[in-house]
Amino acid sequence: MSTLPETARASATEPIRASATPATAPTAGVPVEAEEIAFDVRNFNMWYGPRQALIDVTIRIAARKVTAIIGPSGCGKSTFIRALNRMHDMTPGTRLEGSVKHFGEDLYGPGVEASVVRRHVGMVFQKSNPFPTMSIADNVLVGLRLNGVRDRAVLQARLEESLRMAALWDEVKDILNRPGTSLSGGQQQRLCIARSLAVQPETLLMDEPCSALDPIATAKIEELIQTLREQFTVVIVTHNMQQAARCSDRTAFFYLGRLVEFGDTRDIFTSPKNPQTEAYVSGRFG
Amino acid sequence: MVASPYLPAPRYARWRKWKSIAVTGALVACALAVIAPLFLVIFFLVARGYSSLDWNFFTQLPKPTGEIGGGMANAIVGTVTLLAMAAAIGVPIGVFGGIYLAEYGSDRANNWIRFAADVLNGVPSIVWGMVVYLFLVVPFKGFSAYAGGVALGLMMVPLVMRTTEEVLVLVPQSYREAALALGITRWKVIVVIVVRTALKGIATGVIVALARIAGETAPLLFTALGNSFWSHNLKEPISALPLQIFAYAISAYDDWHRQAWAGALVLMALILALNITVRVLSRDRKIAP
Repeated sequence: MSTLPETARASATEPIRASATPATAPTAGVPVEAEEIAFDVRNFNMWYGPRQALIDVTIRIAARKVTAIIGPSGCGKSTFIRALNRMHDMTPGTRLEGSVKHFGEDLYGPGVEASVVRRHVGMVFQKSNPFPTMSIADNVLVGLRLNGVRDRAVLQARLEESLRMAALWDEVKDILNRPGTSLSGGQQQRLCIARSLAVQPETLLMDEPCSALDPIATAKIEELIQTLREQFTVVIVTHNMQQAARCSDRTAFFYLGRLVEFGDTRDIFTSPKNPQTEAYVSGRFG
Repeated sequence: MVASPYLPAPRYARWRKWKSIAVTGALVACALAVIAPLFLVIFFLVARGYSSLDWNFFTQLPKPTGEIGGGMANAIVGTVTLLAMAAAIGVPIGVFGGIYLAEYGSDRANNWIRFAADVLNGVPSIVWGMVVYLFLVVPFKGFSAYAGGVALGLMMVPLVMRTTEEVLVLVPQSYREAALALGITRWKVIVVIVVRTALKGIATGVIVALARIAGETAPLLFTALGNSFWSHNLKEPISALPLQIFAYAISAYDDWHRQAWAGALVLMALILALNITVRVLSRDRKIAP
């Protein structure tokens, strides 16, 4: 974890190919000093058994902005955001090095509990997964209830607030007792977003949240992401480059487990500095 | 007219038709052989036992030797009591064991536990009776309902454990992840999300196990023993339908033979009812949306 001596880290940070950007370069061009940082990730390496999935990732993700993570399949982008709320804890055989700080707190520090981390860093998954045994209301409130909130007034208020933030309230306010699984795919995904927001995280991670949705449902989620950024930090993994271009402020391009380029979305898509980024965003591979 | 190239050569066509009929016929015969015994059993039980089923059978105690009439009320209540005690022992151990297998255990430990459960599942029921006799009847100097309940409960454990594991593994990983991502601790995720999602499947497993042990006679011979009267104390021997059927069937009296058939019919009806409950429960057992 973060206890590794500096010398050992240094050897791991050696770029293997000339095209791989050195650890400090990706943040260049972004005025990092002026803004609040949500995630400060330094020299992060991760392995699944013997296979290294992330190689020396250093990135500073701004608070209350939408950061898109793009890259071809297998480039480590999902692995990366799952490291941001310690979802890898459940997977046997994973190993990691380096540090991840969320608003200054070390997420992998000694004594830090993954369940507490995840209350601050929520996650929405590729496939909508409302709990099949629960109503719409119970789905939204399950996180609060199981974390010990009993006060009915608080629960009721949070239910409406979360569903409103997820742009779902008007559609479900009269059917709150119906099963969550009775909604359409797009509604289910917004229900999952509401469920994540109900525990009041500072940050929301989204792992390809639209890849199973039709264009109209996708547009709604993208619109929702725009409103969420006023209050939350959003990190979204996407296969869809138009989506990254449409709804993110910053874009990070991952390739073969490395962070190749990171900058303002406009720059990444119009004037990328790295030839691999350019090849990917112009659709020549990936 | 030119024969279609898709038709088989005429000299093979007839032979193939006969082969097809013969194999289909054999399969239908095998399928019937599966169903026929069930109908035979039900037919004989109804034919022999139905006439002896009356109000007295369900409300009265067995009559002393030589007297006509009486019933199996105490045996029916005894069977229900024993099943309840067996469930009280077998369900928690089996369900928690299944949760361990599905959610916690390492592959290595699980292999050993599964192997042990499968071996236990194959232990002859009379051996269960003898073991419980040795550990509960001899030290406490007497046959008892407790001993019978423990014997049946232990028989339930491997059955309940394996079915619990099977249905928990079917719960998609995405529900576990979604719940963990809400900051819910692992054991709450397992109890409130995973087990609740699989609850119907677990209930099905429990009922299947109950149906399996409801008719067991051998483990009760050495433990619950049987009783011609009401048992008011679980430390005393208790009657059970299979025990009463056994006692009456080997007796020398026609009236008792008649009642043994009636008892068998009631026992069969109980097991059938449990199995029908399983069918109803598992009819719409779908876990994924």
